[in-house]
Amino acid sequence: MINETLLMNGYGLYVWSAFAFTLLNFVTLYAVIKIQYNKEKNKFIAKFGSLNSERATLAKSQSINKEILSTISSI
Amino acid sequence: MFKYFEPNKVFSITSKAPKYVLFLFIIVLSIGLVEALILSPEDYKQSHSVRIMYVHVPAAWISLGIFSSITFLSVVGYIFKIRNFFLISKSLAPSGFVFNIIALVTGSIWGKPTWGTWWAWDARITSMLILALFYILYLIAWRIFEDNDKVFKITSIITILGIVNLPIIKYSVDWWNTLHQPASINILSKSSIHVSMLFPLMIMTAAFALFSLLIFLMKYNTELIKIKNKGLDRL
Repeated sequence: MINETLLMNGYGLYVWSAFAFTLLNFVTLYAVIKIQYNKEKNKFIAKFGSLNSERATLAKSQSINKEILSTISSI
Repeated sequence: MFKYFEPNKVFSITSKAPKYVLFLFIIVLSIGLVEALILSPEDYKQSHSVRIMYVHVPAAWISLGIFSSITFLSVVGYIFKIRNFFLISKSLAPSGFVFNIIALVTGSIWGKPTWGTWWAWDARITSMLILALFYILYLIAWRIFEDNDKVFKITSIITILGIVNLPIIKYSVDWWNTLHQPASINILSKSSIHVSMLFPLMIMTAAFALFSLLIFLMKYNTELIKIKNKGLDRL
């Protein structure tokens, strides 16, 4: 049964390489997009941290900024 | 109506959604892989090599669907000056491009045992390659041009030119005598694929659609935070 699933009448190499290529692309794309997301998020946190209290209050008045800060590890 | 698509309104949803979509994607993909690699029957002509269909066909469908969506959003966004539509289009493009590459490479792998060659300048395959070039042009345009008006205009032109290629991809197998087989699944007429193969194909398509939704959401959130970073600089 295992041999049949792996070898697939001699087509195993083609089938498994097609599926492996697909999954590898999924993992790579996910990793690249997640790295970009974390980079922008960290930049936002650093910039927000460097604001003085008046500007921080002004920035926090925007709901989306509050959301970004509250969803720091959402993905 | 368009005000409901404003980033400020949707971010609370798009920021929380990825973890649920990722969870659902893993479940659907796991079921799809078991169905595609173990439970589905082999083909009477192509034997087990037919299993490549379960990654090749959904990838091609989704890359075409995403390019159509990008074109629609870019044109509507340009006409009605809706900046968020461009942001959505930009966020959809990476997964569309990757699915296009997956369709080309898995098609090439499938071609070797089926046709005896890795590549042929066949109408369907060549038109899919041209679509990949349009995706590349679209993605490069976003990297090259800084000015928003310019990038909106150029990406809209690229998508309008690229959309002409989509009917060619779809009907190339009917218009010309190609190596690539005609469509086995038809919405308007009876499909020639058996239900035992259609079921895993649909599950894999759902899994791929969930993956593109996941990537879209993550990319969209990244783009929104990027805009907000620029906003903090201006405070």
